[in-house]
Amino acid sequence: MTAITSNFSAAPVLPKWMASVLLLAFAYGVVPLIGSSYLFEAILLPFLALGLAGVGLNILTGYAGQVSLGSAAFMAAGAFAAYNLNLRVEGLPLIGSIFLAGIVAAAIGIVFGLPSLRLKGFYLAVSTLAAQFFVQWALTKFSWFSNESASGVIDAPRLSIGGLALDGAVGRYLFALTIVSILTFLAYRLVSSQTGRNFIAIRDNETAARIIGIPVLKTKLLAFAISSFIIGVAGVIWAFAYLRTVEPAGFDLDRSFQILFIIIIGGLASIRGAFFGAALIVVFPLGLSRLGGFLLGDVFDSGVLDMSQRIVLGALIILFLILEPDGLVALWDRIRRRLLFAWQST
Amino acid sequence: MPLASYALGMMDASVYAPEVFARGLPSTLQPSAVGVVPAGSIATAAAPLLSLQGIGLSFGGVVALADIDLSVNPGEIRAIIGPNGAGKSSLINVISGVYRADRGHVLLDGIRYGQVPTQRLAHLGVARTFQNLALFKGLSVLDNVASGLAYKVRSNFAGQVLGIGRSRGEQRDSLSRADQILEFLDLTTVRDRLAGTLPYGLQKRVELARALVAEPRLLLLDEPMAGMTAGEKSEMAGFVRAARDRFATTVVLIEHDVGVVMGLSDRIAVLDYGRKIADATPDEVRNDQRVIDAYLGVASDNEDGAGI
Repeated sequence: MTAITSNFSAAPVLPKWMASVLLLAFAYGVVPLIGSSYLFEAILLPFLALGLAGVGLNILTGYAGQVSLGSAAFMAAGAFAAYNLNLRVEGLPLIGSIFLAGIVAAAIGIVFGLPSLRLKGFYLAVSTLAAQFFVQWALTKFSWFSNESASGVIDAPRLSIGGLALDGAVGRYLFALTIVSILTFLAYRLVSSQTGRNFIAIRDNETAARIIGIPVLKTKLLAFAISSFIIGVAGVIWAFAYLRTVEPAGFDLDRSFQILFIIIIGGLASIRGAFFGAALIVVFPLGLSRLGGFLLGDVFDSGVLDMSQRIVLGALIILFLILEPDGLVALWDRIRRRLLFAWQST
Repeated sequence: MPLASYALGMMDASVYAPEVFARGLPSTLQPSAVGVVPAGSIATAAAPLLSLQGIGLSFGGVVALADIDLSVNPGEIRAIIGPNGAGKSSLINVISGVYRADRGHVLLDGIRYGQVPTQRLAHLGVARTFQNLALFKGLSVLDNVASGLAYKVRSNFAGQVLGIGRSRGEQRDSLSRADQILEFLDLTTVRDRLAGTLPYGLQKRVELARALVAEPRLLLLDEPMAGMTAGEKSEMAGFVRAARDRFATTVVLIEHDVGVVMGLSDRIAVLDYGRKIADATPDEVRNDQRVIDAYLGVASDNEDGAGI
């Protein structure tokens, strides 16, 4: 195995950071020019928001090994916090309220992370459901959060940074892309730092981690805080840039599961995996509805679509868990290696 | 409360650190002496680094340890042997604070503990390995070993993410020290492999590396050679001896293979049914009638099978 990989490192592969730089250059330089408004509104914006939420959950679940079913609650906390900060704090710039919204989500994450000091695995997952139900209940119950709006559905503020309005589809895309890129880069730095190693150590063997002097309790709460911060900011992007409305119903348990599926399908403990998973989750329903409409015509209405989506997605998750537990990332790496090998041997 | 006790732990560490270094230095002179001078005279020459006094431990009605006394002198390799279920691993778990003894206490470097604080073990200069492998499977060998220095890290996550403050120096220092240990234990070739993908014998050695990287004063090895081939065992024994000589580490080791233990240890304690039945040099233990009965076994006197 080592022999094989060392062979490949001799191949003229671009350094790791080069691939990211090229991708970013494409996303900033080319996509805004060629993309249609449908591409931004229906695909890229939800992809960016869910991808970032996946990165956040992956830090907690993939790296630190603490299963959470409360992701949507932290997204909601971020979105509503940003809305209220923007509404109620005079002169706070948009970026400031987004950052503070992340902090609010992180604080809530720490509170709901406290059970992790005692609970593990399945039991912890169930206790994080409390976050899911409590946050949604609080946001619906107290209309102060939605500024006494009768319907509970509120319009997101206009996006602008330093007087530059980012209202159009392209503007919101660039806004989301920038935040997602920065946070993803920082997350990547985090998981390769000593703190990231501590996360993995606690996931793989908590007793050994404690014995060698890793502060287990502090590190677990830190994982909850960082993860919730990122998920909270993802919630802001979801509400402000993608939906442009803020409502509790959009952050229900289904959304939490969706984010969990994203990291399982994409690959646990992989930053790239979150984006692979998010791409699949976003594109897959669109592709399925196109395909269904094309093959079955009018029979394939929205009810059938919804049902078939769930069935196919469920089957896909089972298949992934059995055939490729390391997710799309592992699949991608293997295919790339094969291609390189084929290319080398010619 | 957890956060507060952690913070206290950090403070204690900084208080003890100079002391650790001060005491560590003279003991570097001792390993060479240990081999020559009989064990008994060292006990009077230096205060024991670790001593157990009247340790008792039971699980429900099962007595795992009964009234165990044990003293370990600086710089010696101290073996604990005994048949399965004799309480050897329980003893290591009491020393490292994983279990709390029902009776008795542990004296570590002159300080008395009812239960050794596990979270502060590394700060106290104690490292251990586990009977069943306890590596971090998802980390590379290098990162596994570097994590043995995690207890020293003072920089916070923000500093590490942004690469500012003391985090850079710490990162460089951890990795270079981990590299040195890998070289010392002849693991450089597997440096970047995931620990979980290594063969069993190598994983055992990586675990030793992770314990050694902190240069502990007391190293607890729970069956470091279990499940190894004869060749791997003698290689491992060589590494344990080399580690003692190079880092002046005191070693407490549990082992089944009596042959390896006899050659490696300075003194041996023998446990049987939770009691200590012998505690002496290898030669004395080998000839102790109670040890022979309990553990080593004898050629049967009754070779013609009369009476069976």
